[in-house]
Amino acid sequence: MKLTGAEILWESLVREGVEVAFGVPGGAVIHITDALPRYPVRFVLTRHEQGAAHAADGYARATGKVGVCLATSGPGATNLVTGLATAYMDSVPLVAITGQVPTPVIGTDAFQETDITGSTLPVTKHNYLVTEVGDLAPTIREAFYLARTGRPGPVLVDIAKDVQAAREEFSYPEEVKLPGYREGYPVPEEALRKAAELIQKAQRPLILAGHGVILSGACAELRALAERADIPVATTLLGIGAIPGSHPLSLGMAGMHGTPQANRAIQACDLLFAVGMRFDDRVTGDPKAFAPGAAIVHLDIDPAEIGKNVRVDLPLLGDAKELLSALLPLVEPASRTGWWKEIDPWREEFDWEEPLRDQSHLRPQKVIHAIWQATEGRALVVSDVGQNQMWEAQYYRHERPTLITSGGLGTMGYSLPAAIGAQIGRPEELVWVVTGDGGLQMTVQELATVVQENLPIKIAVINNGYLGMVRQWQELFFSRNYAATPLSGPDFSRLASAYGIPGLTVRRPQEVEGAISRALEHRGPILIDFLVEKEENVFPMVAPGKSLSDMIFPAQARRKG
Amino acid sequence: MRHTLVAMVEDKPGVLNRMVSLFRRRRYNIESLAVGHSERPGISRMTLVVTGDDRVIDQVKKQLEKLVNVIEVVDVTGRAAVIRELALIRVKAPPARRGEITQIVDLFRARVVDVDHNSLMIEVTGPEEKVNGLITLLEPFGVEEVVRTGRVAMVRGAQAKEYKTTVFK
Ligand SMILES: Cc1ncc(C[n+]2csc(CCOP(=O)(O)OP(=O)(O)O)c2C)c(N)n1
Ligand SMILES: [Mg+2]
Repeated sequence: MKLTGAEILWESLVREGVEVAFGVPGGAVIHITDALPRYPVRFVLTRHEQGAAHAADGYARATGKVGVCLATSGPGATNLVTGLATAYMDSVPLVAITGQVPTPVIGTDAFQETDITGSTLPVTKHNYLVTEVGDLAPTIREAFYLARTGRPGPVLVDIAKDVQAAREEFSYPEEVKLPGYREGYPVPEEALRKAAELIQKAQRPLILAGHGVILSGACAELRALAERADIPVATTLLGIGAIPGSHPLSLGMAGMHGTPQANRAIQACDLLFAVGMRFDDRVTGDPKAFAPGAAIVHLDIDPAEIGKNVRVDLPLLGDAKELLSALLPLVEPASRTGWWKEIDPWREEFDWEEPLRDQSHLRPQKVIHAIWQATEGRALVVSDVGQNQMWEAQYYRHERPTLITSGGLGTMGYSLPAAIGAQIGRPEELVWVVTGDGGLQMTVQELATVVQENLPIKIAVINNGYLGMVRQWQELFFSRNYAATPLSGPDFSRLASAYGIPGLTVRRPQEVEGAISRALEHRGPILIDFLVEKEENVFPMVAPGKSLSDMIFPAQARRKG
Repeated sequence: MRHTLVAMVEDKPGVLNRMVSLFRRRRYNIESLAVGHSERPGISRMTLVVTGDDRVIDQVKKQLEKLVNVIEVVDVTGRAAVIRELALIRVKAPPARRGEITQIVDLFRARVVDVDHNSLMIEVTGPEEKVNGLITLLEPFGVEEVVRTGRVAMVRGAQAKEYKTTVFK
């Protein structure tokens, strides 16, 4: 029997295991939404296509499955772009479906026509324009295969409207034919032996774990390697949770707002074993001054990442789980008391507790810490971008990979829609949003989606009345010239109520715990507006472009200011 | 340093766009790019001349190979390879000077492919230096128009097989 293109699309999505799709309808996808009720797919209507892309991204990060979003041609499609770029930077598997104007008018500047394959070229792993209904099923097959294999990423499929209505015999291809694509590499036995030797010989080895460890499901293998050879582990922002935060080998996050022990260990180590990370400048600081005494072993699935930003002495090309499992038996047990004697004092270098002791001001760090305590570190936290994101990373200790955040692109407004996807993908998890007053106002309309979909998401607004992270840079590096950063906003708790979500406002440190327990007792969604100290800064800090050795602490900052 | 890269790519819509967009976005320097069919249906072959240090060239190669439709990229710099470029040159040639011009053309083993009252069109093939040399010698006569294909390259003899992935077997 012949099916319409729209039906072929849904049949294909169902075969790919798609259970949820996020999106906004429109003229160029009306055949697709028309066929939707006949298929077992939950369609989540977001209030903006950016929200759909972030929700699909949050869903993918929370479940490990491919996230799916749908948008109409023109403005619908362009609204997806930020979400695709976010997913691309963080290697998140997405398939975005967009409608395109009918084939006869493509290229004529027809109503709501944009060249979305052209526009998304640099922010997708691959993309397609489908102009023949016979190509549709094989294209969807390829799109999912590309999104989820190798280094995962977003793939966009743009489908002309007449293709959605055209009829064709449906058969779903088993195989994909992509002669230019490699999903994996043979295990590099020789290089693994060399890596084991380097670990053996090293006096001061360090593991730097990134998102790739989590994406590959290699947390257990990473931990086993670290424990066996007594190697401290630092992580990137997206690597948080790759090793339990409370593990004695864990040094916490490295980089611009990393811990002194992580950054000092990078600068002092003689072997840096980087796994599933890409030496982003937020992690390395000045790349020329990065890990000056270390031999660098870089394990990554993407050959183009090797040698891109820093020199690499030994590349290990492949999947983290597979390679770490193969490496483990080659590594001798070790114990490195001397190295730990160097590291342990660094843990004391910064007084993390100072903001927590403050009884007279509502400090944002305390808010995050209290959420951590109240949830016993077990929540799935979706953080936004800016100071709130860094405090979350510093004061919420993740024992599992339970942090979802936009690392590579740093997309403000990411957290609320991403949390929608995460909660839908993992209904059993307790999902908290940690966001800023600026970021929330970029996608706040998704509160309506939270209500419509009945999602029990807890939202903490770290409300400092500023685009805080930018203000911090202005304070430290631009003589406190607060240009364009003071920010007004609505009364967030009343705004939440208007959407049908209870809202609380917290002004004093004494109210923090009570508000959080109320949020936890409440069965549905709830928002807490924390009116925090306006000019609080995130420390320690490495100024942009500076060496990781040059960490700024509050006292130094005061002297500068 | 200048490198000559040979890329085998699937003949899919937009593939050239993807490659060129990559060069622009990552600020790689391409001097020339020549595209045409290969011996395999559905597969095009490109010769690219790129300048950069070893790290840049390594990145160019890897980033190109990361494109789904790019099958393989080989750096043939320093290999025994035949490197050629074709050029058409229109030069002012009043009847009185034609003899001199055809002498030069013969020396370069080039050919006159079109003649009219006041000009000659000359076709020349060879490494870029040879094409440059001919143009320099023709300049005093008045070069009116030049078109060059950009470099194409093929590795000599047995070495050629090395860079053919299984796709080509
Ligand atoms: C979409 C977007 N626009 C601009 C920026 C630049 N930026 C980075 S952090 C920041 C301030 C964020 O303010 P807010 O959401 O209130 O969070 P805070 O830093 O105050 O916690 C800005 C504007 C960005 N990252 N993303
Ligand atoms: Mg703010």
